[in-house]
Amino acid sequence: MSTPTVEKHSAALDAAEVGGVKLITVTLRIRRFNPEELPDPVWVDYQLEMDPKERVLDALNKVKWEQDGTLTYRRSCAHGICGSDAMRINGRNRLACKTLIKDVNPEQPITIEAIKGLTVLKDLIVDMDPFFQAYKDVMPFLITSGNEPTRERLQTAEDRERFDDTTKCILCAACTSSCPVFWNDGQYFGPAAIVNAHRFIFDSRDEGAEQRLEILNDREGVWRCRTTFNCSEACPRGIEVTKAIQEVKRALVTRRF
Amino acid sequence: MQIHKYDTVIVGAGGAGMRAAIESTQRSRTAVLTKLYPTRSHTGAAQGGMCAALANVEEDNWEWHTFDTVKGGDYLVDQDAAEIMCKEAVDAVLDLEKMGLPFSRTEQGRIDQRRFGGHTRNHGEAAVRRSCYAADRTGHMILQTLFQNCVKHGVEFFNEFYVLDLLINDGKTAGVVAYELATGEIHVFQAKSVVFASGGTGKFFKVTSNAHTLTGDGQALVYRRGLPLEDMEFFQFHPTGIWRMGILLTEGARGEGGILRNKDGERFMERYAPVMKDLASRDVCSRAIYTEIREGRGCGPDGDHVYLDLTHLPPEQLDAKLPDITEFARTYLGIEPYTDPIPIQPTAHYAMGGIPTNVQGEVLRNNTDVVPGLYAAGEVACVSVHGANRLGTNSLLDINVFGKRAGIAAADYAQTVEHTELPENPAEKVVAIIEGLRDSEGTESVAQIRKELQETMDTNAMVYRTGETLKQAVADIAGLRERYKHVAIQDKGQRYNTDLLEAVELGNLLDLAEVLAVSALAREESRGGHYREDFPTRDDVKFMQHTMAYQEVAADGTTSIRLDYKPVVTTRYQPMERKY
Repeated sequence: MSTPTVEKHSAALDAAEVGGVKLITVTLRIRRFNPEELPDPVWVDYQLEMDPKERVLDALNKVKWEQDGTLTYRRSCAHGICGSDAMRINGRNRLACKTLIKDVNPEQPITIEAIKGLTVLKDLIVDMDPFFQAYKDVMPFLITSGNEPTRERLQTAEDRERFDDTTKCILCAACTSSCPVFWNDGQYFGPAAIVNAHRFIFDSRDEGAEQRLEILNDREGVWRCRTTFNCSEACPRGIEVTKAIQEVKRALVTRRF
Repeated sequence: MQIHKYDTVIVGAGGAGMRAAIESTQRSRTAVLTKLYPTRSHTGAAQGGMCAALANVEEDNWEWHTFDTVKGGDYLVDQDAAEIMCKEAVDAVLDLEKMGLPFSRTEQGRIDQRRFGGHTRNHGEAAVRRSCYAADRTGHMILQTLFQNCVKHGVEFFNEFYVLDLLINDGKTAGVVAYELATGEIHVFQAKSVVFASGGTGKFFKVTSNAHTLTGDGQALVYRRGLPLEDMEFFQFHPTGIWRMGILLTEGARGEGGILRNKDGERFMERYAPVMKDLASRDVCSRAIYTEIREGRGCGPDGDHVYLDLTHLPPEQLDAKLPDITEFARTYLGIEPYTDPIPIQPTAHYAMGGIPTNVQGEVLRNNTDVVPGLYAAGEVACVSVHGANRLGTNSLLDINVFGKRAGIAAADYAQTVEHTELPENPAEKVVAIIEGLRDSEGTESVAQIRKELQETMDTNAMVYRTGETLKQAVADIAGLRERYKHVAIQDKGQRYNTDLLEAVELGNLLDLAEVLAVSALAREESRGGHYREDFPTRDDVKFMQHTMAYQEVAADGTTSIRLDYKPVVTTRYQPMERKY
């Protein structure tokens, strides 16, 4: 059994445990929009002192709390679980709470804007209703028939593993709002809805796969996907989104799932 | 102002609120008002599991679970409620599985179970595998599964509606008043029954596992309507938060074999809890960690943390059972938990206290009488199944068992009565709060007051407390409350005014922090999560009773806190010395 001692520290652990922090000056370049004030968005720069190991969300909070209380964004858990704070950081969709300052080239201004493809309501806040509507449209719940068993339904560990990846989705919309097809056609279900359909289609306990596949066989369904992999790259949970979409396409052709 | 009329209104859409909504929507016309989109709720951050004596992997029964819960709560648990929770735990887990929750499975395909702090075989003999889990994402899966089933049942949500007042007329529940974040509009919801399920209040501490949004909104507004808050001095500090950040690393990590170590590499829990070691209850582990730190055995250049060591566990096991928390260590600390121990410290985690209810979820207005039509469930409530210290996993259990009960009870009640008339000018109080903040020309800042509140709470009302530190906290909070009267906001707009929202939330935190500190000062004993260095032992003669705190308003408008006490319900377990 390993016994960590001060002498055996890795360089990474030493770095993590450094007490005093060296602050750096960073510039957040934020695309502000408030239709109560101005009809068009404007880019505004904020300079602040940050520990590079802090999160982009910490920097946004610092702006809001110390410089400009009107800056508006959604946030809650602050560690990548609740899915509130997806935004475009340096042109890429990320969760602000899961992105450290040091990892987004802080020597240059860090650009922050709302995710694309959904209507911006104020600053970094977008209208999430169309996103959740697409989710609801794929019947994202277990569908079964017959009498319920008294105990749990049995499921082998392998069958459970089959859809594990897509159970991780936190509905943050980073994938859907990174998809060029979705940008051009807001009617497209989008990656997140397909991910959540996948989660049930490949669940051995579920009997609703045929219905869901028919929904996704729609003109605005799974065939719109152009396999650009933006979604997989954007997913903060590391879900292989494009692979899941491909598996749904294959299930539509083979009717095997 | 808009007026809506429903049978049942549920405030909050985390685990308890959505579990209640699934029941009440099928029985009465229900609206769920939530300041966040439902899947943003902090139930999703729970990791390790939900205990139930399924006995899928080894012998177990609900009576052992009840005993552990009562002992874990240091005999402040109402034992009738704990019995109900532990009995109904089995069905609560099976209900979730049938709703589709993807539990981790045994080789036989049953729901797998693992060890967890304070959960034992046969009244403390050894750790038992009782926690039903889905990797270290159990809360996420519960939240998603409940939301999926809300979609299935067509639950009506009002997203980003922030409830700011409770309406009571002639002693009966009449509805709530909400502020719509998107538009700044005030909405009055008339309802026959109201269920509060608005979650915890951990944001008055600095190092906390709680979300930014956990600001005690439900507790504060009920309290301001003259209703009591129970046992607010009992706050749980989870032993393993990421050092300085407070992000939760599940107790399931120790359930899987993880070990707490000091700077000498010693497995120090062996000295504090010879039988359960690293799986002693959370209050015991958190005190042990701070004792190590205080006695100079802490880690790092400043000796201000200890390690959670997972390096002896096979990487495959970490990947399969603890994928999220190992990723947190990589993301936020830049270390590799396969080979590096993780720097941790106790983190403010869970309010054992809250709005007092009976086992049907009905809210008490004193020690014995309920407010007709008013219910509460989950962390906002105090049933009390957690007593002075909650066992790990029992919160996910609590929200499912008592969320369901409150949802059914509230809907059934709504079938039997007519709407209570709304009071005159129902939104008066809310308008005054909103306009007061918007028009304020004060110079105090929300962020600064909140920061100072969090600092005094961390310094004076955390794991170790004394009369002196608590008096300091009371004095500091009084000063901050005074300054809060002159707080001003920069955003004067109607649309998504989160500046205003944070100011309102701070008002809630200040009121509740004061209740915590005053209740803790009066409790001159040590029990569970409340440890007084000046009164280091439990005093069952004077204090085996629940604190009930009431806000008193004087003629000139000044407020004070009146404390009363309520007997503990004891059924089968007499208090014993608590050892792990």
